[in-house]
Amino acid sequence: MARNGSGRPPGEPRAIGYLYVLPAFLLYAGFALFPLGRAVQLSFYDWDGQTLGTWAGLRNYTDVFTDPILRGAFGHTLVLILFFALLPVAIGLLLASILNRARVRGLGFFRTVVFLPQVIAMVVIAIAWKQIYDPTSGFGPVRGWLGDYSLALPAVGLIGTWFEIGLATVLLLAGMSRIPRELYEAARLDGAGPVREFFAVTLPSVRGEIAVALTLTIIAALKTFDLIYMTTKGSPGTTTLVPSYIVFDRAFRTNQVGSAAAVGVTLTVLIFAISFLVNRIGDRSTS
Amino acid sequence: MIGRGERAANYVILVAFAIFALYPIGKIVAIALGPADSGSGGGILGVHPGNFVDAWQTGHFGSYLRTSLLVSVIVVVVSVLCSILAGYALGMLRFRGADALFYLFLIGMMMPNEVIVVPLYYDLRSVHLTDTIWAVVLPQIAQSIAFGTYWMRAYFRAGNRSMVEAARLDGANSWRTLWSVLVPLGRPAIVTLTLLVFMWTWNEFLIPLVMVTKDSLQTAPLGLAFFQGQHTSATTLLAAAACLVATPIVVLYAFLQRHFIAGMLEGAVRE
Repeated sequence: MARNGSGRPPGEPRAIGYLYVLPAFLLYAGFALFPLGRAVQLSFYDWDGQTLGTWAGLRNYTDVFTDPILRGAFGHTLVLILFFALLPVAIGLLLASILNRARVRGLGFFRTVVFLPQVIAMVVIAIAWKQIYDPTSGFGPVRGWLGDYSLALPAVGLIGTWFEIGLATVLLLAGMSRIPRELYEAARLDGAGPVREFFAVTLPSVRGEIAVALTLTIIAALKTFDLIYMTTKGSPGTTTLVPSYIVFDRAFRTNQVGSAAAVGVTLTVLIFAISFLVNRIGDRSTS
Repeated sequence: MIGRGERAANYVILVAFAIFALYPIGKIVAIALGPADSGSGGGILGVHPGNFVDAWQTGHFGSYLRTSLLVSVIVVVVSVLCSILAGYALGMLRFRGADALFYLFLIGMMMPNEVIVVPLYYDLRSVHLTDTIWAVVLPQIAQSIAFGTYWMRAYFRAGNRSMVEAARLDGANSWRTLWSVLVPLGRPAIVTLTLLVFMWTWNEFLIPLVMVTKDSLQTAPLGLAFFQGQHTSATTLLAAAACLVATPIVVLYAFLQRHFIAGMLEGAVRE
């Protein structure tokens, strides 16, 4: 590699930078950006994956709003957001504020344990939970939930809650540990109990972390695929059908590639919009 | 400061959630160690470690785990190397257009697999690359590079400019500065990145599911899914196999949990 940029002040643009980015950029552009563009292109066609596609205009996108199956799937995602994002963040707030307020013995151990689900493959998690929901040998109160029309979606959601609690707790705990101790001392001098202390001091200080936790967990809810594939495949009926499973099903099973691409692009746009929005709200409240 | 009642309530809540977190994991381990599906004996003190041998051999999980290891190592080596170079360029060399490129990489960090896997499958099929290891590895390298570039750029931006200046005054060019000064100093950041990419690749399901049908190319999570589909009654073997698939990452996590937690938290917080 030739010597470059000598005699320039540091921080000056250095053309050699292009060479360093090149390998990463080629791989990334070829196998991520280009397919993204192709997905957008495919989404405007009717294509069965074999013969020549025909131009469909925006129909694959209007289907997202009019096709009852697709609309239902996006509706299920809203329910999953409750279980994957809102519940874990609420529980995470409780657990983190306990850990932060009372200097609990075994904090490190607890953190390790609640975070553990995050590192286990979703396929393995699904297998474990299927045993818990098993109609004959499962855990008493939740036995047979995955096969029940009204309980299957909450049952899948509960797995998400279990999975995301650790992430939310650890993230919020990190934020709480940065709150100056004096704020708590002042609150206690004012006679605040644990509840008032939480609403007056803790909650306002971790808004940024709440925003990050919500972004991550909402995106996880939108992307739920492995879990549905392994537990219900959308059944019973279509009660647990979600957009990402429809993408897979239409692209590789029922040969509606254009529609699959449109659902995928819609999902991507939603994810970008949510990250952007939640972060804007987080920024405004932390500054 | 904290009353005894509150203290007791705190412990009850924490213990309850610890049990909740561990229960499904304990359940699957218990099933894996239980009596075999065929009902044959051979247990030691009521546990049956032979189930793991069965999963390894008759369940083909030895082969699936080897494939997973191969795939993960390729993805880790290529993407970490590329990310170091790209992060260095975007974080320290700051050429024209560096910021625009950075935002381009950010897109890949948020983009769901579902959207790219559809065109990737059909395009790779038309060049006869599906059902090869490249179809599994290349898309995952691309995604890991997006995160890795973001991650390494953050390290290089926070990096020690005066050390770089000193190296440059000693006559080191940008390549030497990177490998002899910055990379050794950045070992913690690189270790974290390596662990995260390894975990994500090891646990990845959708890409191998779409790209591969050949038995010899199936990764461990894929093997689990197919095994579940084919042997609905072989619960013990399935549980044992599931434990085998989870164990490598859980062991890494047990020893290097700071890296995992810090990486997954900091990686999430955009600047």
